[in-house]
Amino acid sequence: MKAARFDYLRLDDLAGATAALAEGRARPMSGGQSLGPMLNLRLARPECVVDISRLPDLRRVEARPGGILYGAALTHAEFEDGAVPDPTPGFLARVARGIAYRAVRNRGTIGGSLAHADPAADWPTALAALGARVHLVGPAGTRELAVEAFILGAFETALAPGEIITGVVVPRRSAQARFGYRKSCRKVGEFAEAMCAVLVDRQSKVHRLAIGATEARQLVIAEAGAAIDSPEIIDDILRAAGLAADPAAFRLRREVVRQAIAALATEGQPA
Amino acid sequence: MGALGHDGERAGDVKAHKGVGASVRRKEDARLLAGRGRFIGDMRFPGQLEAAFLRSSLAHARIKAIHIPAHLHGRAFVHADMAGVKDILAKTGLPSFRVSAQPSLASGKVRFVGEPVVMVLAETRALAEDLCEEIEVEYEELPANVDMLRSAKEGAALIHEDWPENVFLVSATEKNFDDSVKNAPIQVTREVRTSRQCMAPLEGKGCIALFDRTVEQLTLWTSTQMPHIVRSGLAECLGLDTRKIRVVAPDVGGGFGWKGLLQPEEVCCAWASLKLDRPVKWLEDRREHLVAAANCREHHYVMTAYADEDGRLLGLEAQAHVDAGAYSVYPFSACLEGAQVVSNLPGPYNLPAYRCRTYSVCSNKPPIVPYRGVARTGVCTAMELMIDAVARAAELEPYEVRQRNLVRPDQMPFTSITGKDFDMGDYPESLRRAFAMVDHENVRARQKAGESDGRRIGLGYAVYCEQGAHGTSVYHGWGIPMVPGIESCGARLTPDGTLEVRIGSQSHGQSMETTLAQVACEVLGIDPELVNVVHGDTAMTPYSTGTWGSRSAVMAGGAVASACERLAGRIARIGAHLLQAPLEAVSVRDAQVVGPQGSVSFKEVAATWYLAPQNLPADIDPDGLDLVAGYRPTVDTGTFSYAAHACVVAVAPETGEVEILDYVIVEDGGVLLNPMVVDGQIYGGTAQGIGTALYEEMAYDEHGQPLASTLADYLLPGAGEMPDVRIAHMETPSPNTRFGQKGIGEGGAIAPPAAIGNAINDALAGLGVEMTVSPMTPRRVREAVEAARQKSSAQRLAS
Repeated sequence: MKAARFDYLRLDDLAGATAALAEGRARPMSGGQSLGPMLNLRLARPECVVDISRLPDLRRVEARPGGILYGAALTHAEFEDGAVPDPTPGFLARVARGIAYRAVRNRGTIGGSLAHADPAADWPTALAALGARVHLVGPAGTRELAVEAFILGAFETALAPGEIITGVVVPRRSAQARFGYRKSCRKVGEFAEAMCAVLVDRQSKVHRLAIGATEARQLVIAEAGAAIDSPEIIDDILRAAGLAADPAAFRLRREVVRQAIAALATEGQPA
Repeated sequence: MGALGHDGERAGDVKAHKGVGASVRRKEDARLLAGRGRFIGDMRFPGQLEAAFLRSSLAHARIKAIHIPAHLHGRAFVHADMAGVKDILAKTGLPSFRVSAQPSLASGKVRFVGEPVVMVLAETRALAEDLCEEIEVEYEELPANVDMLRSAKEGAALIHEDWPENVFLVSATEKNFDDSVKNAPIQVTREVRTSRQCMAPLEGKGCIALFDRTVEQLTLWTSTQMPHIVRSGLAECLGLDTRKIRVVAPDVGGGFGWKGLLQPEEVCCAWASLKLDRPVKWLEDRREHLVAAANCREHHYVMTAYADEDGRLLGLEAQAHVDAGAYSVYPFSACLEGAQVVSNLPGPYNLPAYRCRTYSVCSNKPPIVPYRGVARTGVCTAMELMIDAVARAAELEPYEVRQRNLVRPDQMPFTSITGKDFDMGDYPESLRRAFAMVDHENVRARQKAGESDGRRIGLGYAVYCEQGAHGTSVYHGWGIPMVPGIESCGARLTPDGTLEVRIGSQSHGQSMETTLAQVACEVLGIDPELVNVVHGDTAMTPYSTGTWGSRSAVMAGGAVASACERLAGRIARIGAHLLQAPLEAVSVRDAQVVGPQGSVSFKEVAATWYLAPQNLPADIDPDGLDLVAGYRPTVDTGTFSYAAHACVVAVAPETGEVEILDYVIVEDGGVLLNPMVVDGQIYGGTAQGIGTALYEEMAYDEHGQPLASTLADYLLPGAGEMPDVRIAHMETPSPNTRFGQKGIGEGGAIAPPAAIGNAINDALAGLGVEMTVSPMTPRRVREAVEAARQKSSAQRLAS
């Protein structure tokens, strides 16, 4: 299928882009790896597509107190390749290189992934576990939200009309921090059927666990020390979250969470 | 090699290094790998219109009204506009076969989601799709027949209302089957199901129709495997003389069967180009392909195998259903698949008694088209899962049970219980070699030791034989719209002494531009680089039924050899004159005519014939250096290549993930025209077989709506899913073909679901799991593990 007719706008400055988006009949496009197919399938039919992928504000990388701010239009490939600094011991590159296929990673962006909020995508779950915060700009000004507050549900975010993601701040973690990340995909590059990210930084007493690939928002446990120490607790957590109704799916989720926790010991350190 | 001796020897090296049996690099890759192929999508004619089809959104419904805005008059066409165009009819000669008429645009009813209803033409495809949105079709929805078992039952809503039931054909056979087999000590019954698939060639279908006034011919450029058959079918539908139509296949990006038919869209574009006197193009997109062309592989079996305590088969009883979809497709019909189930189910085994009944069921899904392997992928899966079930019942190694039942070399040539004439081969030896290559004993030892990561290791085998290049004596009995006969080849020495060979079959990945040039090299000693293989154009090639059924290496290969031999005779006469030698004293080799004293090259012979005829005697044979010759194997019931596949998997019971750790194939394709090309065919087929085994499935909801419309939902194996397949060859020449070659095009796609399925079942046997539905997805594995656990805990409670 071919996309329905739309106008295409690429502006050089953030203010111009947000003004163009404020009218409400336009959609922002960054890497286009989700919006592109949706346009072609005529599932998305904006009157105008505003290309924000080259806005300088969305391409920056800046040190912030306690972490690094990444512009929303940085690509998965730039994280994978180490083209940007990493405030963690290699976790971001590890997540990035498992996203879809290289062709997708060359164009797809970290901000686009968060804005699309596919529950099975990598960044929403991984960044939630890493305690990242999303920076937004819109007609009402700027604001920032924790990833788990930004994502409200499957394909549903806190983005207000005309608002876009400018960047995401990933907190710095100690060299002893460990990150267990596991997803189960039908094939390499496919969206996950189950996924879990676990962050342990004993130095700063951080124990975070995020479960993705549900039919809703990520399940984020900010104080996950008990579950990490006794993974059998996960069964109750999944049951309480309504993720145990389908025995075959429950079996998979439970195993993936256990493997992610187990991975803390084996792959938590930088290679 | 250039350093050796005189010219003759050096030329002789060409045959040794580039003739039959040499792994010559693919000539066609010079353009294909450089992105310089020309596919339908690359083509554009001045004044061209592009078609979009408004397709049925319902699986089964009556069309009450089609509302087309007035401004689309002359741009949007429905069935009634195509008055005079005949429905596509693929009849068979089988007595009880029910004929379906397939209209090119839906007429009165729609019978599957994706059936074309309205054709809309515009300057671009995007505009045509815009216009489609302005058209509204009013439907009266009818109950959809989604499951073949229910569709075949009495009371199901009739898809073709003049039929008494939704069944195209019932095929049955019974040989030596009496109640005595029912006393067999081992009896295992299983229900096996294979899911519906799409063929998913890299390039979708596509065509451009235009009327070429210079030759007064409707020319259809189309992505097809069989230009001559499309030409005949199109002539029939449009009511034109065949001479008024030319069909050209440009570069074609894979077919696998999906391009072996007359497509309703081809008829529509051809009709519209005549009606509007403008070129009309249609290019299938991936969504159309997934929705409207999920057309293969869907089988269901209930089988009982009878065996003695040693695992020797005493008999097999089967009832099979094939979901043949809504229409009988031209030319293969809706019955080929079901009838092949009946005749191929016993596979390479010496089966003493057999009874099988197969229903080719009509359903509200896209019409079935034979896909690489045709019915054999399904029957091999069913039969090979049964062999392992027998082995478990007999507490024997599945390998051993196979060895005890395979047809032995001392029985060759062998007529199977269904009358198949196996030409030659050593089936048990292929299995022995696979056993050794996969290191059977080591795998068993590793299994016993267990895995540290909690996964379970499994080993699976599958053996099949593949009938290829079956000819007149097999096909005439079907009575379908085409019967392959003698295969023809045109051969022409050009004025500079290079060679053109022209064949009516079509190369779309089979490497025929290389392998057939090698055949010419083998016969004439001419360098393949100096040979052009022309194919895919009815105006330039002799008639052929095309490329299907693993036939081209045998049939086109034989035809090229025949034509080159005949041409050699003509060349020899001119050469003999130039050498002033008697005809019987000269021979043609190394691209020259060699006489008792000296030789003349093809170049000199051609230059004399074409450019200096004054140097030839007045009574020279006037037939010249351009001819057509034909070929048919001495026995035309088909070659039987065969292979043993062995596979090692690791299965994670908790996640259901399956990893293929090793995959081994021992194949016998007779004499290989080009071993590298054969390996390529096997790799490609195996990838598709892995798709059938683990990934590909078009599911439907209860209303007949397809549940995948993008490749995010319809999973194809990619590079990451392909194991490092290890191939070994045996070369038992076929006694019936020109060089001893056998058809091997489909085999790779036949055995993987069986080998992988058996390996998964072997891995999970300790948990009480035996799976019989493909693809064996992680979800199906988890569900089977869960079911087995619940069963075993229920048993514990009961005891």
